[in-house]
Order: sequence, then structure tokens, then C-alpha cells
Amino acid sequence: MELDLVTYAVPFLLAGAKTTLLISVFGVALGLPFGIALAVIRASKNRMLSRSADIYCAVFRGTPMLVQIFVIYYGLGQISAIRSNPVIWWIVGHSLHAAILAVVLNTGAYTAEIFRTALLSLPRGLIEASQACGLSVWATFRHVKFPLAVRQALPAYSSEVAIIVKESSLASTITVLEITGYAKRLMSETFAIMDIFIITSAFYLMMNVISLTSLKLIERKLSFGK
Amino acid sequence: MSFDLWVLLVEQGWGFALLRGATVTLAVGLLGMLAGVIVAVPLALLRWRRLPLFSQAVDGYSILVRGVPGLLVIYLLFFGSIEWVQRLATAFGYQNSADSAYPFVIGVVAIAAISCAYSIEVFRGALEAVPVGLLEAAKSLALPRYVTFFHVTLPIALRLALGGLNNVWQMTIKDTSLVSVVGMQELMRSAAIAAGITRSPLLFYCAAAGMFFALTAISQALFSHTERFFNRGFSRG
Repeated sequence: MELDLVTYAVPFLLAGAKTTLLISVFGVALGLPFGIALAVIRASKNRMLSRSADIYCAVFRGTPMLVQIFVIYYGLGQISAIRSNPVIWWIVGHSLHAAILAVVLNTGAYTAEIFRTALLSLPRGLIEASQACGLSVWATFRHVKFPLAVRQALPAYSSEVAIIVKESSLASTITVLEITGYAKRLMSETFAIMDIFIITSAFYLMMNVISLTSLKLIERKLSFGK
Repeated sequence: MSFDLWVLLVEQGWGFALLRGATVTLAVGLLGMLAGVIVAVPLALLRWRRLPLFSQAVDGYSILVRGVPGLLVIYLLFFGSIEWVQRLATAFGYQNSADSAYPFVIGVVAIAAISCAYSIEVFRGALEAVPVGLLEAAKSLALPRYVTFFHVTLPIALRLALGGLNNVWQMTIKDTSLVSVVGMQELMRSAAIAAGITRSPLLFYCAAAGMFFALTAISQALFSHTERFFNRGFSRG
């Protein structure tokens, strides 16, 4: 691998990494609360609500994210009500915003699944104890269920974060130039396919290592006594 | 609107184009998954046996492919091979057949390469989860090593691997959509073509989503059935 190629490719990929990071950060910052909310709705007593959240999760987990991103970016623009609404059009009509929306909607469904299993695995006794103490539903959730479920869900969620970073590459299919988008461009420009692949992989692996270690640290902090 | 739908899907034949795309998707998914699993089993064994060098190489492959987006792997395989495939095909005079078969073959190879990396982890985990007591029991019966492997370790490991393999398959069938980016005529590509010509992307991408959903839902149902079959006689943990 020539040094020239590396010095040529790295600035482009760094610019792409910024976009990848932006999409991923939004994916976590918006997708995590959205997913937790979905998980809570799925566990709710209201059949209508829990049923529709179930369907939402099944649809977003059962279809490829590429289709979702295309429906959002190319499909929704066809509806004139969406085009005329400035707020929605700002989200859907802009490729980067549409990509972020797709990532958030997609990861929300997977996150909900992770937190749903975590909430289901909580020991009955603890919840009964908090009810016996007269804690309200909200207080039970806020002080008993949620802290325990987070600790339970964190290992699975950290692999979801790695998936978010990878899925953000699909933004390149709707003209957003993130790492993979630049990699494709560099491949067709320089014809050094393998070299570009190796440099790009190094970027992704680095991002994975950073996100996984930081989540490991949070995990260690949350699991007291060890 | 319903009249438009009829014209678009049936009279203009786009519905059939999508269905044809769906069969290609299914074919690529199945072939890719099959090839991936066939390659993954021996690699997982190497990894499980901790054979020096081989074990590290398998690990490196698995970590690399699982760590980078599938799209990038597909770009590598397509752009990386197109030149010498063309040269080879021209040299032997198979230019036309190479042009038509090339996306499909490389598509299967790419999907296999991705699903293989995930399958290795599944098989390795399953092999490591085989209870030690059973292996010790086999040893105390003085069973030869290959008998222990083929009659104790492997059947139990395969049963344990079933759930993980289902996850890999669900992921694989969804990953086939990525191959459309390099021009293979599967479900997603058919939908994109139909959307472009008829100028109704919403309808066709939603239709593609529906077909993908049907594929994953049907395979999930089939899998649950299979799992029940293989888990008969075992208590539900």
C-alpha cells in the first residue's frame, strides 16, 4: 500500500467519519429514549396501544433498512400533504435528515425488543415489594424497574450501538457522503479497491472499539459490587 | 386509486416484476446462507479447537466482516473482482454469459461471506455450550474421539445453534437488499426500477417492504416449527 494513497484517502474518510458519527450519535440519542418508550408501551395494559407498538416493531424488524430509508426519502415525498408541511418536509426532504430519521425509527424497534426482554426478566418479587410499599406506577418504573432493566439490557444494547454505526452506511444510498459513500467514490476513483477497503475498515473498527469500550465502562459503573 | 393500482400492478405487469424480484431475493438469500453455513462449520471447528494461526485467522475474518457495514463488503467484492472476471471471460469467449451471471454469482458470494462470519460465531458459541459432563461421560465410556464428536458433540451443538442460525438467516434475507446497489435484479432493484418508470416510489417501495416482511414472517414461522421439532424431549428452559 502506497503512502500517497493513504494520505489521499484519509482526509475524505475523516470527513465521512464526521457524518457517520453524526448519524450514529443522533441514532443513539433519539433512538434509545424512543425504543424505551416503545418497550414500555408494548408492556402497557392498553391492548390497542401495545398491539400497535408490537406491529410497529415487527414491521421495522422484519424489513431491510434499505427499504425503510427508500420509503422515507423517495416514497413520502410523493404525498403532497408532506411536501407542503414545512416541518415534516425539512426532515423527510433533506437526505441527511431522512437518513437520521430512518436510523432512529429502525434502531427504536430493535431497542424496544432489547428493553422488553429486560423488563420481562425482572424478578416479580421486587415489583410486588415496591407495590406493597405503596409506590405509584410511575415511581415503581422510575426507581425499581428502569434501573434494573437498564443494567440487564446494556450488554445487548452495546451491540445495537455497533449495529447503528454500521447501518448508518445505508445513508450513502440516498446521496449522503459518509464513510462508506466516500469509500465507494474512492474505490471507483483510484481503482485501489483492496487498499481503500482496508483503510475504511480501520475507520469502522476504530469506531466500534471506541463505542464498545465506552459502553463497557458504563456497564461496569452501573453494576455495583464488582 | 384502486383502478390505478390494478393498472400499475397487473396490466403493466409491475406486480409480477416484483414477484420475480422476490424469488431472486429468496434464491440469493438461500444460496448465500447455505454456502455461508457450509464454510462456517469447519472454520468454527478450527476456531473451537484453538488451532494456532488458523484460529487467529478465522477470528480476524469474523471480526472484520462483522465490524464493517455489509455495503462495504459488497463494494469490495464487486469492484474488486469485476476487472479480472471480465478479462477472464473475454479470454475464454464467455463475455455475454459472464455479463448476465456475474451480479448474481458475486451477490451470492458477498451474502455468503457476510452470513459465514456471523454463522462462525453461532457455531463456536454452540460448540462451547455443550455440557462438559456429557463429554466426560463419553470419555468414561471409552468412546473413540470421532464417535464422541459425531454422536455427542455435534448433535447437541447443532440444536443449540438453531436459534442463532435463525437470527443469521433473518439478517441474511434482509442483507440481500444491499446487493441491489450494485445492480442485481432482486426485489429491491425491481422496486426501484418500477418506482423510477411509473413515478410512484411510495407504492413500490411499500410493496417491496411488504414482500420482505412476508419472507421474514414466513421463515420465522417455519423456524418456530423446526425448533419445536428439535427440542422435543427437552424441557423448555
